Amino acid sequence: MSDPVLQVADLDVRFGDVRAVRGVGYEVRAGEVLGIVGESGSGKSVTALAVMGLLPPHARVTGSVRLRGTEILGAKEKTLTAFRGRTISMVFQDPLSALTPVYRVGDQIAEAVRVHQKVTAEQAMVRAVELLDLVGIPNPGQRARAFPHEFSGGMRQRAVIAMAVANDPDVIICDEPTTALDVTIQAQVLDVLKKAQKETGAAIVMITHDLGVVAGFADRVLVMYAGRAVEVGQVDDIYYRPRMPYTMGLLGSVPRLDAGGRRPLVPIEGNPPSPAELPPGCPFTPRCPMAIEACAEAEPPLEPVNGPGHLAACIRAEEIARENLSPAEVYDVAGEVRGRHAATPEPAAEPAAGPAVRAAPTPREGREVVLSVADLVKHYPLTKGAVFRRRVGTVHAVDGITFDIRRGETLGLVGESGCGKTTTLTEILELTKPQRGTIAVLGRDVAALGARDRTALRRDMQVVFQDPLASLDPRMTVYDILAEPLRTQGRRDAGTRVRELLDLVGLDPGHAARYPQDFSGGQRQRIGIARALALEPKLVLLDEPVSALDVSIQAGVVNLLEDLRRRLGLSYLFVAHDLAVVRHLADRVAVMYLGRIAEIGDVERVYGAPMHPYTQALLSAIPLPDPVKERSRRRILLEGDLPSPAHPPSGCRFRTRCPKFKALTDGERVRCVEVEPEVRPLDVDQGVACHYAEKLEVV
Amino acid sequence: MSIADEELAEQVVKIKAPSRGRVVARRFFTMRQGQLGFALLALMFLLAFAGPHFTHWTYTDKDFAAFLRPPSAEHYWGTLQTGADVFAVTLRGMQKSLIVGLLVAVVATTLAAVVGAFAGYFLGWTDRVLMWVVDLLLVLPSFLILAIMSPLFAGGAWVLFVIMLALFLWMITSKVVRGMTVSLKEREFISAARYMGVPAPTIIFRHVIPNMSSLLVVDATLNVSSAILTETTLSYFGFGIQPPDVSLGSLIADGSKTAVFAPWTFWFAAGLLILTVLSVNLIGDSLRDAFDPTSKRGS
Repeated sequence: MSDPVLQVADLDVRFGDVRAVRGVGYEVRAGEVLGIVGESGSGKSVTALAVMGLLPPHARVTGSVRLRGTEILGAKEKTLTAFRGRTISMVFQDPLSALTPVYRVGDQIAEAVRVHQKVTAEQAMVRAVELLDLVGIPNPGQRARAFPHEFSGGMRQRAVIAMAVANDPDVIICDEPTTALDVTIQAQVLDVLKKAQKETGAAIVMITHDLGVVAGFADRVLVMYAGRAVEVGQVDDIYYRPRMPYTMGLLGSVPRLDAGGRRPLVPIEGNPPSPAELPPGCPFTPRCPMAIEACAEAEPPLEPVNGPGHLAACIRAEEIARENLSPAEVYDVAGEVRGRHAATPEPAAEPAAGPAVRAAPTPREGREVVLSVADLVKHYPLTKGAVFRRRVGTVHAVDGITFDIRRGETLGLVGESGCGKTTTLTEILELTKPQRGTIAVLGRDVAALGARDRTALRRDMQVVFQDPLASLDPRMTVYDILAEPLRTQGRRDAGTRVRELLDLVGLDPGHAARYPQDFSGGQRQRIGIARALALEPKLVLLDEPVSALDVSIQAGVVNLLEDLRRRLGLSYLFVAHDLAVVRHLADRVAVMYLGRIAEIGDVERVYGAPMHPYTQALLSAIPLPDPVKERSRRRILLEGDLPSPAHPPSGCRFRTRCPKFKALTDGERVRCVEVEPEVRPLDVDQGVACHYAEKLEVV
Repeated sequence: MSIADEELAEQVVKIKAPSRGRVVARRFFTMRQGQLGFALLALMFLLAFAGPHFTHWTYTDKDFAAFLRPPSAEHYWGTLQTGADVFAVTLRGMQKSLIVGLLVAVVATTLAAVVGAFAGYFLGWTDRVLMWVVDLLLVLPSFLILAIMSPLFAGGAWVLFVIMLALFLWMITSKVVRGMTVSLKEREFISAARYMGVPAPTIIFRHVIPNMSSLLVVDATLNVSSAILTETTLSYFGFGIQPPDVSLGSLIADGSKTAVFAPWTFWFAAGLLILTVLSVNLIGDSLRDAFDPTSKRGS
């Protein structure tokens, strides 16, 4: 085996008294991909910045970072500059801030080349165009002269990758390179990274919170918790034979795209500890289902378990290995032991079957329609000029969508950013007459509502927002926040109800006097949910309610939503970009593309056998947290970016990126270009807006 | 009601306790600065309104046996050139200045907050009309208008004076408030309230204005000082509070001529003015921290 190109040992980072990173060590060899996973605050990004020497001066870094045998920690700035970009390079999360807005993209890449290589400006520019071509930017010669703001998010991230590989580095550190991108773009960028690695033979350190991305991409995985590495090993060992309860919990709490049925997720209880006040002993003890007294005494070292290269920091790892405990067993054991605390969810062995089993006894047709949207249109004018405003175009944000939600049902509205899902939600929430089409809430057409009726109707329809901190007034106590809807609708007994509500969402009613910022992200979202439920609504609109939360916390909120729906008979409109979460929560799903619905129908059918080429591509782009499946999957890669909603393509909106369109004959294509497909029912509860739809299994 | 119910009711009362007003008050009074400022201002009021009872001189009395005398047992703070008792007139002046200063600040800041928030929240025509008014008031020469109107303030019409002073103090703040409202309006908690069916004016008073309380408190504090100072300036030039009534401003104006050889004519009035402004600033500082739950102090 070749020598490691990057060796990190005993890395320690302190900010004042706070130890953000505590003795992390790893090594990567040429051509190898190391995935570093952990939740926010686990110290994974700080580790990367420390390796690059990019931490602010007040951070105290100790330990050792050796690059090709040379110690670079504490080295002179000059030495570091020689290494950075040439031997080790970095891809950041936010591609917009990683590029200088005032220079052309090509010049920036050429600059990266010229810093380390003695070449002329022309040669550098030629190399820059080559690199842009390598990362799959169409028309590289022309695009090199564009400015960063003219690039879309995915293209910017490609340009950043081009810069990172410009000098043929030995190590590329990627810090959440795809987190800010949509799934189809994420698939493209990961593809480019793989290609770039093949070209350069570099080692990649991939930092991410997404267990799916790591599963298909990494060779080895390092799991971080509270500033420490708690488990390291080959990707298969980590995913199939985890030996540290935290890793198990993390894997159990990820919603799986390939898991049918409505299994409750396994959340890890509690919150990650703050690095400023770590508990004594193993930092995971307070949340660990297997914790024993010895756990709180000393922090266990990373020790080998079953086989070389697989290390875990858990005193009971041997035991887990011996009995070969699976994550389900570990966390089920917990369920038995602490059954009194956590209301044990329904028997997990719910049959994974069709809609008839999961839905309420009454069939769908027999239940009342809670929300019906027909042919909804929302266009924004594009205007120009300051004095004489004139209309220069129209943004077709939502362009004729139709769906309905029945009592006790969850409809997932999914799509990538810019597809119009949030606009749809806002239009429904406004309760005013839409530009075109009709919205009816509980059978009442909102266009015909008077002011008083509208206020009364709001009682039955509530909303939960994406960002729990932004949606709670920071200047109000939790009590006031929860009492507000009650007071607005003229209820007197606010005190009792607030208590009930806090109890309902699993928060301590004694905390009512606190402010939102005294709570963690998951708890804040629970407050947001409690507020939405205050007036006992029949319909709750959820706007990406879990996308701002860490996986282990997200699982708890997802379970809560599902539990509440069942107990209170709620109906949900669940807007999300995460298709895996939608599969867990929704009965039916509508996939949106550029303001239109591409496919709508029963979750099992749409996920099991998607018919629209866009749904197929979307589903195939989502990485699964399962290395074996991930390696054998065939991805349908979409080309290019979402067209601007101001100039949607004629006919079928998806045809510019459609893989099926490419395979059609010219005669068949005419229909796609000229006729805009309507959603037509093709199967039992599955409608597709495609002229040439056919089933395809992609998950 | 069973015992269990009673217990529940008690707990309900317990969690009902933290209304916003109480929380802010508790935080305010745990701060040393707040306590000090509040005590100082209370003392000023006590002195201004209870003080006159401790002397038999009134602010209109003249002691023709004592012109420009230093402090003594008969005249605690000495006498003026006219024979007026400095203690009596200074306290009379302070009554006026305290009321004028605090009232003007409260009126001006409230006006700024309400106009700015309504303009920023509703935008469109509301915004245009309100901002026209603001722009109009901004270009009017306030000092000149106050000077011309000064005869109207004679004969105890100080309420009109307060209104006029406030009218020329709020415009800049209201523009800032408008800008902040426009950005606050995009925040999700405002949308959440809207979708709950909370009427727009309630949203403005419950969510928008409290979230700008830091700015408003600082503004009000500064306005107290500037109102007292404007009133002082006006009185110094002979406008503002008209004789025989006095204010700290007119006293300082008169006293400055004799300050060198009869310091008591000047320093008592000036000292009290400084203490008043200082106490208001201390209170403002602490109030801002008390309103802001993210502030570390006083929690």
